[in-house]
Amino acid sequence: MRDAFVDTTTALLAEQPRTALVLADISAASFAPAAGRHPDRVLNVGIREQLMVGVAGGLALTGLRPIVHSYAPFLVERAYEQIKLDLDHQGVSAVLVGIGASYDRAAAGQTHWSPADVALIDTLAGWTVHVPGHAGEVPALLRAAVAGDGPAYLRLSTLGNDRPRGTDGSLAVVRDAGPGAPLLVAVGPALDAAVAAVADLGVTVAYTHRPRPFDAAGLRALAGAEVILVEPYLAGTSARLVGDALADRPHRLLSLGVGREELRRYGSAADHTRWRGLDAEGLRRSVSAFLEVGR
Amino acid sequence: MTIMSATTRAPEGGPPAPLGSLLERVRAGREFGPNVHSTLDVLRVLYDRVLRITPETVDDPDRDRFLLSKGHAVAGYYAVLAAKGFVPVDWLDDQGGPDSLLGDHPDRLLVPGVEIGSGSLGHGLGLGVGTALGLRAQGLATPRVYVLLGDAELDEGSNHEAIAYAGAVRLANLTAVVIDNDSASHGWHGGIATRFTVNGWTAATVDGRDHDALYDALTGQDGNRPHVVVAVVREGE
Repeated sequence: MRDAFVDTTTALLAEQPRTALVLADISAASFAPAAGRHPDRVLNVGIREQLMVGVAGGLALTGLRPIVHSYAPFLVERAYEQIKLDLDHQGVSAVLVGIGASYDRAAAGQTHWSPADVALIDTLAGWTVHVPGHAGEVPALLRAAVAGDGPAYLRLSTLGNDRPRGTDGSLAVVRDAGPGAPLLVAVGPALDAAVAAVADLGVTVAYTHRPRPFDAAGLRALAGAEVILVEPYLAGTSARLVGDALADRPHRLLSLGVGREELRRYGSAADHTRWRGLDAEGLRRSVSAFLEVGR
Repeated sequence: MTIMSATTRAPEGGPPAPLGSLLERVRAGREFGPNVHSTLDVLRVLYDRVLRITPETVDDPDRDRFLLSKGHAVAGYYAVLAAKGFVPVDWLDDQGGPDSLLGDHPDRLLVPGVEIGSGSLGHGLGLGVGTALGLRAQGLATPRVYVLLGDAELDEGSNHEAIAYAGAVRLANLTAVVIDNDSASHGWHGGIATRFTVNGWTAATVDGRDHDALYDALTGQDGNRPHVVVAVVREGE
């Protein structure tokens, strides 16, 4: 996904003089060719994430459309106040592109993990959040985000599904178990494991790579009385939106995702997916127990 | 903290009558901290003699930008904006009230002529660096970006990210103005200007009450590097 981001951004910088890119050393080498061609619009501020977002705010104040990129924890967590004040409060916006996701660099430890990024962005108003499940989904999402005027966060990961799915961000049914069946909503890279987990459980599976704005109308159209959310970031991040969408209906909700506790373990991202119960086997355990209660 | 009215506090008989009375309208009998008065002289010189901006050009891409980073120093700012016609004078009454557009910190979406919303310290210089870069990227060579900070505000590390980077890339269309009223808890031993010059800025340290000295300093950039003006204001002078 990072390669797709680099290629698409490099193309956008050439196509659109309004586009600018702000970096804090991360991925700077990959953008060296673009920086050579557009030295005034490819800006690497060094290892200074507060300045990275502040500069983006200033660029936007002059009418440019900044893309801002770093590891998710440095981009969203470290510079959160700059996102709140230097972008939102100024009435300007940027496209933030994070890599590393929840625990992509598993052996790097807590400092390089950011399962809470989407929840943090979710404290702000009006943001679009894209969580692509495949590198092939990245170019269209990035182009749409840059072409727009609103604030957007693209959450890129080394994890993903077997193939891209081109949707407009609304919930897309991947597997239909019929009317009234429990509905599982899988976000981005969580899809393949979720589909495998409920293969024989009579569960409808819907996919989205755009958790914000959440497709509440699509959820209402698809949901019965049982909803399962599988998100590749902090568990429960979208639970309030499911609750709001189904406020007038009795329903049960199971929210699966990355837990809050710090594991203090290394290994691989696949190990963490398993330890967090987000592999097919773990998801199946959780979903089966949830459905059992309702029987 | 000494409490004085604007008219008795300001030097040389106080601000010109319109500005003085406008400040009193913002004050509305409340107490002003020293920050209000220490900023007023710099604001007057900037808006009277330096900034290329008028109420008619607040959206002109070619205008100079003035970014008030120390957003709490807002009373004099509002008075100057009213004196210059950016906002109606009657906005000054009931400042901070339920129907007022003038908060205790300025909001650029609410107040014409205000370039940034500020209040949380340490945001203006980064925004100013981005603004200067954005102007440069669009070939706008004439406008200059001025960012007003306080000496205590420099405690915020974000400023030092901006100072180092702006110097490194020789951001020549940026001027920082630091009001030094000796309010940083731990001081700036070795001086404020050195924090900038060590990163490649030019610097001028002047008496913050001396309008001609301020003017010379505020127009003293060399055109090749960012410039800082340290305006020294000692309370009780």
